[in-house]
Amino acid sequence: MKEIGSILSGETLAPPDARGRFGEYGGRFVPETLIPALDELTRAWTAARADAAYKVELAVLLETYAGRPTPLFRAERLARELGLKGRVYLKREDLLHTGAHKLNNTLGQVLLARRMGKRRVIAETGAGQHGVATATVCALLGLECIVYMGELDVARQAPNVSRMQLLGAEVRPVTAGSRTLKDAMNEAIRDWVTNVRTTYYCIGSAAGPHPYPVMVRELQKVIGEEIARQAQDAEGRLPDAVVACVGGGSNAIGALHRFVREPSQDDEGQLGESHSISAGLDYPGVGPEHAWLKESGRASYTTCTDAAALEAFSALARAEGIIPALESAHALSAALAEAGRARLILVNLSGRGDKDLGTILEALK
Amino acid sequence: MSRLSDAFPKGRTALVCYVMGGDGDTAALLQAVDEAGADVIELGLPFSDPIADGPVLQAAATRALFSGATVRGVLATAGKLRLRAPVVAMGYMNPVERMGAAAFAKCLRDSGLCGAIIPDLPMEEAQPLRDALSAQGLDLVPLVAPTTPAERATAIARTARGFVYYVSVTGVTGARASLPEDLEKRLAELRAVSPVPVAVGFGISRPEQAAALKGKADGIVVGTALVKTAHESGVKAAADFVRSLRAVL
Repeated sequence: MKEIGSILSGETLAPPDARGRFGEYGGRFVPETLIPALDELTRAWTAARADAAYKVELAVLLETYAGRPTPLFRAERLARELGLKGRVYLKREDLLHTGAHKLNNTLGQVLLARRMGKRRVIAETGAGQHGVATATVCALLGLECIVYMGELDVARQAPNVSRMQLLGAEVRPVTAGSRTLKDAMNEAIRDWVTNVRTTYYCIGSAAGPHPYPVMVRELQKVIGEEIARQAQDAEGRLPDAVVACVGGGSNAIGALHRFVREPSQDDEGQLGESHSISAGLDYPGVGPEHAWLKESGRASYTTCTDAAALEAFSALARAEGIIPALESAHALSAALAEAGRARLILVNLSGRGDKDLGTILEALK
Repeated sequence: MSRLSDAFPKGRTALVCYVMGGDGDTAALLQAVDEAGADVIELGLPFSDPIADGPVLQAAATRALFSGATVRGVLATAGKLRLRAPVVAMGYMNPVERMGAAAFAKCLRDSGLCGAIIPDLPMEEAQPLRDALSAQGLDLVPLVAPTTPAERATAIARTARGFVYYVSVTGVTGARASLPEDLEKRLAELRAVSPVPVAVGFGISRPEQAAALKGKADGIVVGTALVKTAHESGVKAAADFVRSLRAVL
C-alpha cells in the first residue's frame, strides 16, 4: 500500500505546460461557460494531488476494492507455441475490478468529485467499460451517475448497459450524428455546459480539455510504475519494449509514461522503444500527449488489422487460458510481432474480453 | 471603430439574426432577413460536432452538411449578395484549424464578411486567430458566459473587436421559457467595462423577451427561433418574425 500511495507523489516531470499544452497539442477548445469549471477542477486536482488524506483514500481503494497491484504474468506457453525468441509478459489489467484499467481513473476522479462537493457525475462511454467503471465508483460513494452512450453502442454493448443500470446509473442513448462515442462525448459536454455548477464530468480517455489529459495520465500511470517494479523483480531489469493499444489512449499513457519520461537514448540501453497500436475504437481523436510523443519520436505508433488481432486473441485463449478484450488483442498482436527480435516484451492487457464475445464469435465464423 | 461596432445604432437596441449556412435557400434567407431589418447577421458555418448548440441548430447543421454544404461554399454564397447589414461568421474551431487561420481570414474577407464568432475558442487560445483576422481588417468577437468571473470578463472584453457576445444562460443554444434573474445586472457590469457594444444571446425566442431586454444590452441575438421558423414555415415567415422582433426594439 505504501507503494501504491506513492503513485501521486513527486513532480510531474513531463509536459504539459500550465495551459495544458504538449508541444503544439492540447489546450482547451470548449465554450467559455466551462472555462471557470476547468479552472476550478485544475485547482481541486492540484490540491488533492498534494493532500495525504486523498492519496491514502485512493491507495486503500485501489488495493482493497480494485485489486491493485495487478499481476505480471509471463506468457511462456504462448511464446513457445509461436516459436518466439523473446520473452513475453502480460500486465494483467484485465484482472482489475470491472474487468479493465478504467477503474484506476474513475476511482481518482469520482473521489475528487465528492471532495469538490459535486453530487452529480456524468460520463461518456463507447464500449461501456468507462461507463461501468464510473457507475461502479458512484455506487460505492453514493453519487448520482448519468452515462451518455451512442445509440449504436447501446445496441452493440447491451450487457454493459445492463451492468450500469444495475449499479444505479442512468444510461442516456445519444441519437445525434454517428451515434457512437464521439456523439456521446458531445452530449456529455452539452450536459456539463448546462449543469456545470452541480455536476462533475468524468472523462475516461487521456483526452478532452486541460486538465483532463494530465489528470487521467497521473491516475493511470500506476500501471507503468508497477510494470517497472515487477519487471525488476522478475527479470532484474526493465523491458525492451512496452506495448499498449490506443483509442483515446488512457491505458497506453498509463503503461508508457513511466518509460517515455526516461531519456529515450539511455546510455545503458535499458529501453529500446515503446510501441502502441490502434485499437480501432470508434473515436476519431487521440490524446494530445500521444500526438506529442509521436511527433517527438519518443513512442512509435503502428496499426494492426482485425484479422491479426483475432489471431492473437485465439492464440492467447488457447495457450494461456486468458480471454482478452479486443482492444488488448491488438496490442498483443503487435507485441508478438515484436517478440521475434526484442528480448523482453511487455504488453498491457488492458481489459478482459467478455464484452466482445458476440463480436468475436461472429468474426471467427 | 469597425463596421461591426458601427452597426449597433446609438439609442436603439440592435437586432442580431442568425442564419445557418447551407440549410435551405441561404441566399434568399439572408436577403430576406437583411431587408426585414436585421442590424447584424450571423452566418452559421455548419459543423458535425456543435457542442454549444441545442437540438434545433444541431439538426440544422446536420441538414446543411447532408446537402453538401462546406465552409467555403457557404461563404461564397454570402459573398455574392449585396447586404446592408454586416455579416459575421459563427462556427467551430476544428474546420478553421483545418483550413488554417490565415486562409480562413482571407476567405472571410473575400466573401465580404466582417469577422467571426467561435464558441469553442476561449481567450487563452484565441490570439493566433485574432491576429490572422486582424491582418485582414476583420474582428474576432469573444464570448462571456454567466459563469465567467468579473475579472476575467473584463480581460475578455479588452480583447474584443466588433462586439462582445454575452451568453445569457448556462447551457446550449435554444429557446428558454425564462431568462436568469441576474441577467440585467451582468449585462450592466459587462457594458461598463467593454470598449465595444455588448450583444446578448442564447435562449431569446419571443418578441416579449426581446422587448424586456430593450436598452439593457446594445444588441440581442435571435438564432434558434429564426432557424426553426425558416425551416418549418419558409423564408417569408422568417422575414415576418424578424420584423416582429425589430418592431419591439
